[in-house]
Amino acid sequence: MAQRLEITKTYKLYIGGKFPRTESGRSIPLHDAKDRVIAHVCNASRKDLRESVEAARSSTGWASMTAYNRGQVMYRLAEMLEGKSGEFQQSLQVISGLTAAQARRQVEESIDRLICFAGWTDKFAQVTGSHNPVAGPYYNFTVAEPTGVVAVICPDEPALLGMISLLAAPLCAGNTIVLVASETNPVPAVLLAEACATSDVPGGTINILTGRRSEVLEHIAEHREINAIGGAGLNSRQRKILQEGVAENLKRVHLVEETNPDFSDTDAWTCPWNIEQFTEMKTIWHPSST
Amino acid sequence: MMDSTGIENQLQSWEYSEAPESTTVDIDQEHGLFIDGEFQAPSGGGSFWTINPSDEQQLSRIARADEDDVSRAVASSRAALKKWRKTRPSERAKYLYRIARRIQERARELAILETIDGGKPIKESRDIDIPLVAQHFFYHAGWCDKLRYVSGTREDPNPIGVCGQIIPWNFPLLMAAWKLAPALACGNTCVLKPAETTSLTALRLAEILQEVELPPGVVNIVTGDGTTGAALAEHGGVDKVAFTGSTEVGKRIAAACAGTKKRLTLELGGKSPNIIFADASIDQAVEGIIAGIYFNQGHVCCAGSRLFVEESILDEVVDRLEHRMQSLRVGDPLDKNTDVGAINSEMQLATINRYLNAAHTEGATMHSVNGSPLPDRGFWCSPCFFTDVHPSHTIAREEIFGPVLAIMSFRTPEEALVRANNTPYGLSAGVWTDKGSKIFEIASRLRAGVVWCNTYNKFDAASPFGGYKESGFGREGGRQGLRAYLSH
Repeated sequence: MAQRLEITKTYKLYIGGKFPRTESGRSIPLHDAKDRVIAHVCNASRKDLRESVEAARSSTGWASMTAYNRGQVMYRLAEMLEGKSGEFQQSLQVISGLTAAQARRQVEESIDRLICFAGWTDKFAQVTGSHNPVAGPYYNFTVAEPTGVVAVICPDEPALLGMISLLAAPLCAGNTIVLVASETNPVPAVLLAEACATSDVPGGTINILTGRRSEVLEHIAEHREINAIGGAGLNSRQRKILQEGVAENLKRVHLVEETNPDFSDTDAWTCPWNIEQFTEMKTIWHPSST
Repeated sequence: MMDSTGIENQLQSWEYSEAPESTTVDIDQEHGLFIDGEFQAPSGGGSFWTINPSDEQQLSRIARADEDDVSRAVASSRAALKKWRKTRPSERAKYLYRIARRIQERARELAILETIDGGKPIKESRDIDIPLVAQHFFYHAGWCDKLRYVSGTREDPNPIGVCGQIIPWNFPLLMAAWKLAPALACGNTCVLKPAETTSLTALRLAEILQEVELPPGVVNIVTGDGTTGAALAEHGGVDKVAFTGSTEVGKRIAAACAGTKKRLTLELGGKSPNIIFADASIDQAVEGIIAGIYFNQGHVCCAGSRLFVEESILDEVVDRLEHRMQSLRVGDPLDKNTDVGAINSEMQLATINRYLNAAHTEGATMHSVNGSPLPDRGFWCSPCFFTDVHPSHTIAREEIFGPVLAIMSFRTPEEALVRANNTPYGLSAGVWTDKGSKIFEIASRLRAGVVWCNTYNKFDAASPFGGYKESGFGREGGRQGLRAYLSH
């Protein structure tokens, strides 16, 4: 069968559970591995970013779900990705230029990773939290809470596994997400949006922007309603833009510095400390007496 | 038998006798920098006076470290790192245990020195600060040979390296302990920069480090002002910066660290809400509110400086606070009966007074201690609180760092939560109610790193402390606090 991606549309953004076009009306061409234009994607603007953050901020469904329920929804999302595995695979072959075997492996790893984090939702807090034996008649314990709205900045490649690896940890902790897709291959992000829209992920939990990453970095750093940033695939100049920008509002920044991080390193990417980065430790005291 | 009115009259006529701390502490006229295990003169020869804020007496001349001195200190810590990180963990632990023991043995001297140099009541430095300092070293000593259990790693995790640690003046020695103990336990070496107005106890700690034969360079102490701190934070040889202080300075440090590989933890300001529901035990709550705001003259980053009272009990709570406040004794910090000591510095007093003026201008109503007059010399501020405060008032929004409480009321738990969380800060919060389910609901929805329920301002080495939002990031204390000093 000839490799061909049936694409005739301009891919849209995913904000608040809906698929709007960018308010800016701008789009950029999407090239296949042989540099032929095969589609267009929205080039998200600062205003699209603001609307995504607003959707993520006002969406209360995800954080207020029980951890068990979040795990079920993430597992359901993994099921949806499995159902779309052919589309994911094709996008990785046509646009990222992977072989069929490479593409299949990446899709499988990505789904497995999401399932791993579906299992973490109701467990990581038991690993990261503690009961603290203070020297006095007090009951004292520390629990992890979601940091809030997390901006996830995806590396260009691996377009699917990089995105899922960066997304799953903050998502499983109960954060809501503004995700900036791979610039060179945003199709897996668009497919993820479609999976979210048809699964039980509440609208606004995951918002997806495509387009030129460099245009929104500064605004992500400055936006006061974004509480944390996770990302990979940024160069040192881009990392500095983020770090300088957040100095004014002290949002948390966790950037993978290696140029080509090994996303296949399952131990490193599925440990609960990746989740902890997108939580805040709250310590609660209460007197203990009769 | 006397009737109750008689007793009350008699009680009111009784005067407290003065109970000054009688132990004297020798203070050297000059203090050098503690570099490479020895006290050294600063290369530029600069120095400044540290004074007793309760009588403005000059206590000692403190060396001002310039960039060269900071570089020497960082180089010394770098050189010491190689051996210290390889020191057998159980041996490293013994140094920390020794430090803890010596602090206990010299506790009286340290408490007095803390009170003389910083202005806090002796009963606080004696019963809270110094015991917690010792506990912090004891607690972390025990972690040295158990670090692989912090994150469940197969092998002992590595230290980060050379830590530049900048601390504030409100809990001088306690903050030094919060910084040094976990860093050393994890095998890091440290350059500590005490606050300009409160260097003496850190320098006395340096003597203790000599006594316990801590290898030279494992801890260097550079005294000075903000420029010394900036030189340390910006120094290329520092692997990790830990700062406790104002949000404003914290942001400058974050900017300075941008684009570098430095790890950073920040423990910054707060405007913490204290919420009291009508179903609380009011007597307990009033004591907690007093402790929450007047502890250490309100020079506390987690001070409960915004009080939210359920409307139905507002008048009662205000009356009781007014009454309770009158019995606070303000004065000589060395007097064991003193509840509220001296304001740490002339500059801080001016800041507090600016906020008091703003409160008057903006229309809040002041309630203050109308008891004994304040001493003529020194820096003093009577404890006070304000009613008729609107959320937009300056004293309801900005950190004052003084004995000033803003009181507001609320009608529903939802309203209390929204207003409590409506701040860029998120360091701590208090909630007072006798209803268990309400405690958990409110505590879990308050966006703050420490939530005190039916208590306030409690600290412990095993209890992680640190903020949400613009109150900073990272935790100090407990297992969680160690992660800031271990590389992943």
